Amino acid sequence: MGKLLAVTIIIIAIASAVPFILHTWEPPADISTHGGLIDEQMSDTMIEAGVSFLAAQILLGIFIWQFSKKPSDTGKVKTFPGGAKGLVIAAIVLVGVEVLALGAFGSKAWAAVYFTPPAPDAMPVQVQAGQFAFYFRYPGPDGKFGPIHPEMINEGNQNLFGLDPANDVESRDDIVTAEMAIPVNKEVHLLMHAKDVSHSFYVPALRIHQDFVPGLDLSVHFTATKVGQYEIVCSQLCGLGHYNMRAYLKVLSQQDFDDWLKKQQAAQ
Amino acid sequence: MTLKHICLAAAATLAVVTMTAAGPGSGTISGKITYEGTPAKQKPIDMSKEPSCAAKHPTPITTETVVTGPGNTLENVVVYISAGAPDEAAPSTTADFDQKGCQYVPHMLAFQVGQELKIANDDQTSHNIHPLAKINREWNKSQPPGTPPIIDKYDKAEMIHVKCNIHPWMSGTFAVLKNSHYAVSDKDGNFKLPNLPPGKYTVTAWHEPDQEMTQDVVISGGENKTVSFVFKLKPY
Repeated sequence: MGKLLAVTIIIIAIASAVPFILHTWEPPADISTHGGLIDEQMSDTMIEAGVSFLAAQILLGIFIWQFSKKPSDTGKVKTFPGGAKGLVIAAIVLVGVEVLALGAFGSKAWAAVYFTPPAPDAMPVQVQAGQFAFYFRYPGPDGKFGPIHPEMINEGNQNLFGLDPANDVESRDDIVTAEMAIPVNKEVHLLMHAKDVSHSFYVPALRIHQDFVPGLDLSVHFTATKVGQYEIVCSQLCGLGHYNMRAYLKVLSQQDFDDWLKKQQAAQ
Repeated sequence: MTLKHICLAAAATLAVVTMTAAGPGSGTISGKITYEGTPAKQKPIDMSKEPSCAAKHPTPITTETVVTGPGNTLENVVVYISAGAPDEAAPSTTADFDQKGCQYVPHMLAFQVGQELKIANDDQTSHNIHPLAKINREWNKSQPPGTPPIIDKYDKAEMIHVKCNIHPWMSGTFAVLKNSHYAVSDKDGNFKLPNLPPGKYTVTAWHEPDQEMTQDVVISGGENKTVSFVFKLKPY
């Protein structure tokens, strides 16, 4: 019985490791400039965790095989051969060093996104997350976002941000859209706020995943390097429509982006 | 009895017979709703977050909060008798409200207190209809595709804004009224309130979100009285 358990444990350990080693399920190709460090961190973590996992499970299997006896013998291990203290200290040090190393290397990936300010000429785009859609705003030719008046939000009228163009001059040229378009290879400064509850902006290919916290004005910045259409999904449970909450991100050539923005402006 | 008496009697009888034969209520109030000023621009609706609905509108639909027509006509104005007519029991027909292409059809649904309201979902996506009642009970209800219509009713008169919790652009109104004398202005701004017995009536015209105009009209027989309303609209 014990030997069967040992073999089962080792088979399950190796079988679960195989899809990871073979890269059966790959994340979408990285289209960002900062994603390389994140992918490297992910890779390092998987390798370290994977090696530790396999070593632990195989060792466990070996010990179970070794010390499983026929029912006639007691087969109980009363003391750990050689004493446990040395091994326990070694385990704490090794695992501790591994975790600290991952944290130290990972901090570079974190800092590249969060402790680096956006470039001064990054294009600002505002995103508002509300139950259950994302809406975006571009500042228009004046480069300024008009003030938001939440009490004036009227979805039936498509006044999604609560703008008051009658009284606020900067709001008059603002462009509000239901999909987000950005030019390729240009840094974008995404200004984020939540209209109601917590949401999250997640574009896997962009390696950007940032929560919206009600009451906080948050931002991330990134540069997309590949033209295409990507899905922005809400990844923070926000209510009964959370499953349906998404928008599309279009990464376009500069020319196509300018045309897109003109078309959106005409529809305001 | 002289010939004069006979003639007078005959005339009187004929008059009474004519008046009663014309029916208990056969007066009509009709007219046209127009506006002055600049109406708010109706903006196209981007349904890209719901591809199955976006596919139903190759040319995006526009918002319907102010729908105007040539000659400055105004659609979706509910015109009804607010005074002078007794409250009526609800009819047995249902008031039908449809969710189609992620749009409420009709945009303005007028029906009576106690009348059965039937809400259908013709789309391939779930909706969560949320009538924002303030006088009646407020509720919202999820309706996956292919499920039976929601049946409900309201027992107090109210103008209720309707939204969908899942699709923010969906917008409509329930006009819950006390009697059967109501109409919603069509694309030419026209409305008609038939079958009115003689009496003094107050006609109210209501346009979302909260604009109301009234006029008093006297019906004395089977005539058609024309009444018009001119709403003042602003761009913002």
